[in-house]
Formats: sequence, C-alpha cells, structure tokens
Amino acid sequence: MMTLKVNGHDHQIDADPDTPLLYVLREDIKLNAAKFGCGLGQCGACTVIVDGKAVLSCVTPLLLLEGKRVTTLEGLGTIDAPAPIQRAFMEEQAAQCGYCIAGMMMRAQALLQKNPKPTDAQIRAELEPHLCRCGTHMRILRAVHRAARLMDTAELSPSSHGSTP
Amino acid sequence: MNVPVILDRRRVLAGGGALIVSFSMREAFAQDPSAPVPAPKPPGSLATTPYLDFWIRIDADGGITVFTGKVELGQGFKTAFAQIAAEELDVPFASLKVVTADTRRTANEGYTSGSNSMKDSGTAIQNAAVQVRELLVAEAARQLNLPVENFRTENGAVIAPDGQRLGYGDLVANDMLHVQAQPKSKLKDPATYKVMGQSVPRVDIPAKATGGAAYVQDMRLPGMVHARVVRPPSYGAQLTECDTAAVENLPGVIKVVRNGNFLAVVAQKEFQSIKAMGALSAAAKWQETPNLPKQDELPRILIGLASQDSTIYERSDRPALGRKTLEATYTRPYQSHGSIGPSCAIAQSVNDAMTVWTHTQGVYPDRQGIAEMLRVAPANVRLIHVEGAGCYGHNGADDAAADAALIARELPGVPVRVQWTREQEHGWEPFGPAMVTKLKASLDDNGAISDWNFEVWSNTHSMRPGGAGSMLAAQHMAQPFAVPAPKPIPLPEGGGDRNAIPIYKFPNAHVVHHFIPSMPVRVSAMRALGAYHNVFSIESFMDELAGLAGADPVEFRLRHLDDARGRDVIEKAAQSFRWRKGQQAQPGRGFGFAFARYKNLAAYCAIASEVEVDRETGRPRLVRAVAAVDSGQVVNPDGLTNQIEGAILQSTSWTLYEAVTFDDTRITSIDWQTYPILRFNAVPENIEVHIINRPGLPFLGSGETGQGPAAASVANAIANATGKRLRDLPLTRKKIKDAIDA
Repeated sequence: MMTLKVNGHDHQIDADPDTPLLYVLREDIKLNAAKFGCGLGQCGACTVIVDGKAVLSCVTPLLLLEGKRVTTLEGLGTIDAPAPIQRAFMEEQAAQCGYCIAGMMMRAQALLQKNPKPTDAQIRAELEPHLCRCGTHMRILRAVHRAARLMDTAELSPSSHGSTP
Repeated sequence: MNVPVILDRRRVLAGGGALIVSFSMREAFAQDPSAPVPAPKPPGSLATTPYLDFWIRIDADGGITVFTGKVELGQGFKTAFAQIAAEELDVPFASLKVVTADTRRTANEGYTSGSNSMKDSGTAIQNAAVQVRELLVAEAARQLNLPVENFRTENGAVIAPDGQRLGYGDLVANDMLHVQAQPKSKLKDPATYKVMGQSVPRVDIPAKATGGAAYVQDMRLPGMVHARVVRPPSYGAQLTECDTAAVENLPGVIKVVRNGNFLAVVAQKEFQSIKAMGALSAAAKWQETPNLPKQDELPRILIGLASQDSTIYERSDRPALGRKTLEATYTRPYQSHGSIGPSCAIAQSVNDAMTVWTHTQGVYPDRQGIAEMLRVAPANVRLIHVEGAGCYGHNGADDAAADAALIARELPGVPVRVQWTREQEHGWEPFGPAMVTKLKASLDDNGAISDWNFEVWSNTHSMRPGGAGSMLAAQHMAQPFAVPAPKPIPLPEGGGDRNAIPIYKFPNAHVVHHFIPSMPVRVSAMRALGAYHNVFSIESFMDELAGLAGADPVEFRLRHLDDARGRDVIEKAAQSFRWRKGQQAQPGRGFGFAFARYKNLAAYCAIASEVEVDRETGRPRLVRAVAAVDSGQVVNPDGLTNQIEGAILQSTSWTLYEAVTFDDTRITSIDWQTYPILRFNAVPENIEVHIINRPGLPFLGSGETGQGPAAASVANAIANATGKRLRDLPLTRKKIKDAIDA
C-alpha cells in the first residue's frame, strides 16, 4: 500500500510498485483524462504533471512517485469551472476526436506555468513529443496561445482558479 | 400502433391541408394491392427507415431526442445533427439530446463512412423534423379548431393566433409520431435559418477538455475485468504449443482463453492483464510461414497478380490529334489508419444475450458478424456505439469488438474490457491498400488534352464485416470462418476506382480498373479509399501536362473543366492564395495546386499550397495551404473547416512520411518509431479554409474530400520547388534528396 497525492488528494494505492502511473490513475483512482495511446512513451496521450513537470504516465512506475504531487487534467478545472487551458481548447474548438488533447493540455500547462509568454516556436518545440492523428494541430497551437493570454488575464483577477495546482 | 390513436391521427389530418392528401394516398396504396406506382421514397435514410419516431421522439415533458444510426468519430455529427433538428423543429439547440448508433435504439444506417452521413442521416433528420413539426401544428389546429395556417412554431411550442403557447410535450400523444415520412417536406427557407449555418460549439468537446468520460476506453462497468489478446506474430501463423499453467497462476489472472489460434488472458486489474499477456506471449509457440511480398518490388508484384479488368469510362468524341504524349506511373504503399487510441471494446454476456460497447463504424453489420461468430441469432446480440479515438476508416475497432465478445462468452455475466496494444493496432489493423496507376495523355496543337488513358490496379477497399470471416477472432478460432471473397465497391462511389474517372472533359478518354482479388496484406477501408491515390495521380499528371503545354496549372485545369461549382472552388482557392500565372516562389520553395470533387458526386475541394524543401537534406515542409470547399448547404462552418484542416494535415502526413513496412513474414511497422507520422515540427504556419455555401442545396459529404487534393497539391509544390517530379508515395526526405542529386 502506498500513498499517492493526485490533484491535491491522498490516495491509498494497492498496486505493484512497477505499475505504470497511467493504470493507477485510470483504474484505481478512476480518472479519465490521461489516455492509453502506446504504452511506449511515443505519443504523449498519457501526459500528466508531476511536481510541475510534464511526465509520460504510461512509462512512469508507481515506485518513483512516493511523496510527489501528481496533477491530471481533472485537477485543473471542471466542465462548469474550466481552467484557462481548458477554456482555451473549448473556445478554439481544438479537437476532432479529442483523444490526444488531454496530454497536450497538460504539457502546455506545465510550459505556461514555467514560461507564461512562450513564443510560437517554443510551443511547437514543447509539443514535439505529442502526436495528433486528426490533424487538429493548428487549433491546438492557437489554443495554447489563447491559454497564455487567459492566464495572463486571470492572474490580474481575484477570482482566478486552476492555473497553479 | 393502437386503433384509437390511428383514428385520432386521422382526425388530426382532417384538419390539415396538403398533409392529409398525401397520408390518405399512402394508406390507400397500403390497402389496395392493385394500386399503381407506389409513392416516391422520402429522402436520405428515411427511404429505408421511414417512421418519424425512429428519428425524433418527444416526451410528455417536452424533452426531445434525435436518433441517428450514424456514429460520432470526431467529425462533429452529434452537433450538426442537433443543429439540423433544432432548426426545422423550432426548438432551442441546447434542449436536444442526440442518441447515436445502437442496434436496439436507432435506425440501421449501415456504416458511418464514405462522407455519407450528412447526406443519409442529416437529410433524414432534417425531413423528419419538418414533418414532426407539421404534425404538432396540425394537432394544435385540431385542438383549437382553427386552420393550420394560423399557427406558427417557436421555441418548442406551437403558437396560436391569440398568442397561446401549446408546448410540443403537451401536444404529442401516444404514437402520434409513429407514422411514415412523406416523400417531400416543406423545408425552411435557408434565408431564415437561425441555428443551421452557425458555428455552434461542438457538444462533445467540453467533456473531452476536462477529463469527462468521453470514450469507450473510459467506461467502467461494475465488476468489469480486463482482457488482453495474444495475437499470432504474423498472418497465418499456427499456435503449435502453449503451456498456460504458469500464466493461470499469475496474480489476478481469472482465465486464459484458447480457441484454436485465438489466445487471450483475463485478469482482475488492467496491469495484471498486461503482465499476463507478456507471460502468455512468451509461452506461445507459433509456426510461421513467410508469404509476404517483397516490399521493394510491390508495384511490380501488384500489377503481376491476376486481376478482373473493366473499362469503367470510355469517351471517343473525335479522332485524337495528339502532338505531344506523356506517360507516368504513380504508386502508393500500404498505409496505416494509425488511431492514437488503440482499439478497445467491452462485452457482457447475460443469460445468453451479448452486449458489446464498441467504437465500430457500423453497429448493425458488426452485430451480424459477431452473431455469426458466436453462432447465435443477431437478436441475441446488441451493439452500442461509444466513441473511440479517431479511426479514419476500418481499423481494429470491429476486431476488438469480436475479441471482447468471444472472451465474454467464456465468463457469463462479467463485463470484459479488451484493450489492444499499440503494436497490435499497428500490426493487425487492415491497412489502406497499396495501389498503382498508369497514365498516358496527349496534347493537341492548342495545348489541350486530346486523349487520356488511366489505369488503376488495386485490391478491394472494403473488407468490413457483414460476415464473421472479416474479423480476426473468427478467423483464428478452432473452427474458423473463412475470409469472405473480396468484392469491388460498385461505381459511382467505387473503391479502388473511386475518382478514377476524370472530372475534366477530354474528347477522348479511357479508364480501366484492374481489380486484384488476391490480398497479400490485410486491407480494408481507409479515409477516401482509392480517391486518395487516384486524385494524387490525376492531379500530379495534370501538372505534368500543364508543364508540357507551357500553361499555368490553375488555368490548365479550368481549360478542361465545365463543372461550374468546380470552377468556383478552383477560382476561390487560387484567388485566396494569391495564385498568379508565371509566379515564382522564393528560393527553396514551391507552389502547388490540386482539385477534385470527392467521388465525383460529393463535396468539391481545391487546395493551393506552398512547400519548402531543404536542398541539403531533402526535407520537405508544408509552409501554408489555402483550401476552398463547396459541400452544399453548410450546417456548421467551423466543423467543416475543422474537417478540411484535418484532411490537409493528415493527407500531408500520409504523403510525406507514411508506408507500412514488412519483411517476408511479419509486419515490421508496429509503433510510432517504425511508422512515423507528422509532428509539430512539420506543422505549417497557416491553413486557410474558404467555404462556398450553397443555401438550400443538398448536403455533400466533406469528411474525405480533402485527402486527394492535399496530396497532389503538396506533390506539385515539391515538384515546383525542386524541378523534380516524384511519383512514388510517400515523398520522403530521402527520395527528394536523391531526386535533387540525380
């Protein structure tokens, strides 16, 4: 049994220490956002944030996460109170099938926490590990730019939420 | 339908105008076997599923549900269908629920494929909505004993002349909507549209952007267990030995299922099933046979296979007076759908009734295949569509559904979730078929094409279920089902010959389809089918001929095209791109243009592009693309734009990078390292999509219309940048570099 901190809550996890984080998130904690895409660290669909850094949860075993803070897309905001990155993806309609976007949003979130005003080239470089098969890339790039602007505005607003899990 | 309601409906009709006449005529036909010609069929899928309540149901509380036999694959249909229904019903968009394909609840609309969904289901929903609204108005008129002309509808209610509101939920009674659709509907004047034609935000995106349960992969049924299949290492491999005892003793393992060459393991938890799959895979010994063709010689081998040849187009208007003749051969490799989410399904067998939750494109045909495999009646099998990752055609979805059903049968009552691995999806999905085209054409003295010859060699482009033999699990069982004989998809839609007939007008033309029944590699439908390669070939060759004629590529196309809507999209794309005759791109760059009307009967699409080629490395990059599209009446402009943007990027990826690889025995492109696709470093600076809306004209499918034009546009831009013509897909960095150096 191990304690895993996900989206600010402690979870008691009964799983083998070599279990990849992805399966713990999806099966033990019943979260949907991190997706199984390859299990090989090649596509980015499973990306979550661990202690502020984007991490591929499909190749990160549970044993490496003791004492660390895991954030998934669910931890950023909700359908009724979306975080800036989530609002931005909705406003830009940055999805076709949408299977890849949760991972992209987490990497973009990690980038924006570190660098609130990234250039287009920096966003493209950061998203390099991520694959999208529907060809929604242009919208995804626009959504990350929009999220940066929304976060900038949100910081000035007392009712801001979700940007710093 | 019970008798009082029929009487009631007749009374309703007695108060109406034109509506009564047609109803009574239909009933007269139904009762009189000697009646002359039956009434024409209603449009879209109403022709096969005419009852209005199969499409639209209204509850007493006013809740409205729209039913479609099509599925959401990320194209935005749930939203578009709701827009159509909201418009014609006069109800708020947000008040509608949309239910997609489910063999117990929706019409049988076959497959969601071929860019047919707006035409089939969108048209059915539109006409059903109009007729439902008319029935509600007629009922209000009857209740108030006033002529129907005095009523209007607004916001989910019929409004009487004195302003009284009669809610749809209050008006609807019993089986009132259980009537057959009329052949014609009084559709709204497009000038009055409030919801259709608007870029309404997609209804599915908020859940997808916040971690809601959005996919079959996200379903968690009570007591659900996890299964993994161990597939053979290659086509036709035979399981010779498998000691399952050690695997059965692994933690969490519930069962090992072995049925001939079908091997699977079920465990309590998902990662336990993955570990057990590894152990089972190591325990299994297979006998493999090397019978894959030599990849390097694929075009030659394909052409050498026995084929059924048919001339699909022949035109001979005047003697050919060709002065200059050009010939070229174009090839396409096998290509992968490459869904980002590998296939997944959940099945549960309760009291011999099997339910399967699946991201199949066709719940009814897939049900038929699964029922046949299980040797039960189709009525004992229910398939419910739940979204998966984008599929772009026939990927592993149907196979995963069959896997889940076969395993769930062994564990009565227990919901079994099967998740394919990345390697299984890449290795076992049915690929987009390899193709070869040979073109020959001559120019007359005026630089116009005087004769045109086109030959295409291809396998079938659909091995989708219907029968069990299309599914891997059924093929691998101890009593296997044979793979059904492949059939060409008939024209005008066509399969390997889709878009093989030129849309341009040539005085002499000859088009031959060489249908190759033998399939060395597992193939089936991939977005646009043969149109991708045929349009790539025709539109590349048009550029080659324009070069020979010394003509501008856009002007050269217009010279040969009568179709006014086609001319409009070409002109719109050229103009928006600022295409100019005699233009020259900056050094290292090239401009390209291409056009097609998908299937020669669906949406029109023209694409101009600018491509940069690094002369040192040969690396190509799409810099920008401008598309113009005409898909008839537009329902959701942003949804259409999204489809075309996606088509351009996906087709660019196919065209520049993608080929399935194999040795003499096994598929060797089994993940994203061995099957690379477009990444963010190759994403263009800009894509513009211009829509030519055609108010009131029929919906034309547009989900696949961009695939061919994007490929040829990029290829033409590479040729323009390098001065070298590449004809063998994919147009890789290495091929470009070799051509530059040659």
